[in-house]
Amino acid sequence: MSLDRRAFLGGTAAMTGAAMLPSFASAAETIKLGSILDTSGIFDAYGKPMDMAMRLAVDEVNASGGLLGKQVEVSGYDTQSDMALYSQYAQQLTRQDRVDVVHGGILSASREAIRQTMRKTKTLYFYNVLYEGGVCDRNIFINGVTPAQQVEALVPYAMKKAGKKVYVLAADYNYGQITARWIQKFVADNGGETVGLDFFPLDVSDFGSTIAKIQTAAPDLVIAPLVGGAHLSFFRQWAAAGMKDRIPLASTTLGVGNEQLVLTPEEGNGIMVAYNYSQQLDTPANAAFKASWLAAFGDNSNIHETAVSTYQGVKTWAKAVEMAGSLDRDSIIDALETGISIEGPGGKVTVDPKTHHAVLDVHLMEFEDQRMKVIETLPQRQPIDTQSVCDLAASPNDNTQYEIQI
Amino acid sequence: MDLSVVILVEMLYAVASLVLISAGLAVVFGMMKVINLAHGEFMMMGGYATITAVNLGVNVFVAMLVVAPITVGLIGLVVERLVIRHLYGRLVDTMLATWGLSLFFIGVATMIFGNTTTGISTPIPGFSIGSYQINGYNFFIIVVAIALVIGMLVILKSTRAGLIARGTMQRSDIAAALGYSPDRIYMATFFCGSALSGLAGAVLAPLVGLVPTSGGAYIAKAFITVIAGGPSLVAGLLSSAGLFGLVNQIFTFAISPVIGEVALLVSAVILLRLLPQGVTGKFFKGKL
Repeated sequence: MSLDRRAFLGGTAAMTGAAMLPSFASAAETIKLGSILDTSGIFDAYGKPMDMAMRLAVDEVNASGGLLGKQVEVSGYDTQSDMALYSQYAQQLTRQDRVDVVHGGILSASREAIRQTMRKTKTLYFYNVLYEGGVCDRNIFINGVTPAQQVEALVPYAMKKAGKKVYVLAADYNYGQITARWIQKFVADNGGETVGLDFFPLDVSDFGSTIAKIQTAAPDLVIAPLVGGAHLSFFRQWAAAGMKDRIPLASTTLGVGNEQLVLTPEEGNGIMVAYNYSQQLDTPANAAFKASWLAAFGDNSNIHETAVSTYQGVKTWAKAVEMAGSLDRDSIIDALETGISIEGPGGKVTVDPKTHHAVLDVHLMEFEDQRMKVIETLPQRQPIDTQSVCDLAASPNDNTQYEIQI
Repeated sequence: MDLSVVILVEMLYAVASLVLISAGLAVVFGMMKVINLAHGEFMMMGGYATITAVNLGVNVFVAMLVVAPITVGLIGLVVERLVIRHLYGRLVDTMLATWGLSLFFIGVATMIFGNTTTGISTPIPGFSIGSYQINGYNFFIIVVAIALVIGMLVILKSTRAGLIARGTMQRSDIAAALGYSPDRIYMATFFCGSALSGLAGAVLAPLVGLVPTSGGAYIAKAFITVIAGGPSLVAGLLSSAGLFGLVNQIFTFAISPVIGEVALLVSAVILLRLLPQGVTGKFFKGKL
């Protein structure tokens, strides 16, 4: 038999159409949640617990009857700590799997790699990580703390405890630089003075000369938004030089990946931090969360900040779907923009309608014997940094990550 | 006054750590002309060997100075027998093979120890110089580096094994004609080079947070130091480590750590433009 071009195209089109039918049918039966996380590779210390938290939240939603009478089904992709895979899997999630919502992304680079795909395909996107702030996009919801939320709480507390002269050591990329600017601002606002500021590329692991320089400047307090394994050396060398009992330390990053477990008690004790979550939080919500994590995975020592953010992100989305009563993206966004709240393991999380960031509790903590002891809870802090540049109510078509000038 | 003492100690420490980082590579590359791109991973494994031994209850100094060098030396031995010995004299091929090895070791370390940061704390307390506190462990590193250099000099210069090794590196055919097996000697030399890398990784382990990819941070510095040092093993190592350590620390103290790293690399470029054969290609000729 002969096959001409027209017959071939007609035949394949029909087959493709037929192949797509079942997926439409199943889309009506379940709700599809897309997840995109690094569960292997160098960022898996963050990604693995985030993936577990996402699955735990989905299981809980399904166990209580699902959403709108349907079960939630996870389409998860492991991006293997490779930025190139993010755009590839984002295409797959939005165009092939046609998911109803995407949760995920860890580094800011990964978020920016997929954010525009989500926006273009009108797929609602949740980014559940603390980050440098400033993203203004109606399609994205972010529930991690931003530098201002953290620093606004941490700086006055640490300065009250230690003194007014502050030395800042920061990682040399956008997160560190933006955070360092906020630290300087809040130090000045609280009547203090920044006596030194040093930036370190991510692979610097020798801080000997820095420790000598700090002593020359003789500050009352050192604040260190340092990032990653190499920078962990600073805290170790600081303790080895015997400086830990002389000048107190505060950090905006230490502990996010459970670093308190890597430092010995002698090295870590007394370091001041501020986050949305600590395993030591003594609330019924946290106790229940830790218990169900233990029941699901057998070990809950790996729960950390971004895992809890992911859990809270999924729960916030689920609540908005119930409220909207449909899976239409715009009705869910409208529901979220009413400023809904959930009670998560880290405290109450409220959507800020203006910025699509989160209003949440920030807990001041100190490292104590490899745990993060909660000292004080500052309830419902606003994301003031992003609020100063972003107003989605006034300009809903905004699609920028602002670099916030202070 | 106190500050100048602190700066002096930090400079000595910077030089000492460069010597430590580069010694293993200097033996493997300088003597055997094998470009070992897995040098950083040998150091990483030295670090993990130390941490594992300490966690098993071994004394930390024994773990650093004995367990780690022997473990990594043995791994080096296996690598030499399986891979490197087929590639002697093929400079570019060794590069490719050892790069593959480096990826392999990172993978294995990730599988065994996981992709998280681990570490042990320094075994020596800090102490004060005047009004300054200083890391007591710096002195330990300086002492180890001095002992290492003296040890290398003594072995290469005053022992028969050192003589045979040097002879083989210069003319392996003549050494073979005199009845020594170059194959065995290369094997032993590679073992020593690997053990030195393991020692460096072990001694530096308490100062850093160790991850399976930690090796990458050392490899560039080690190569720069060894290549800028030139043909003489010990004199080259000392002169280039001394120069780069000083430049790095001066700029670090004067401006910032980033500028310190930049200054180190710029001075390496200038040095290799002026002395393409390395420092010992022009000065200290004929020294070890």
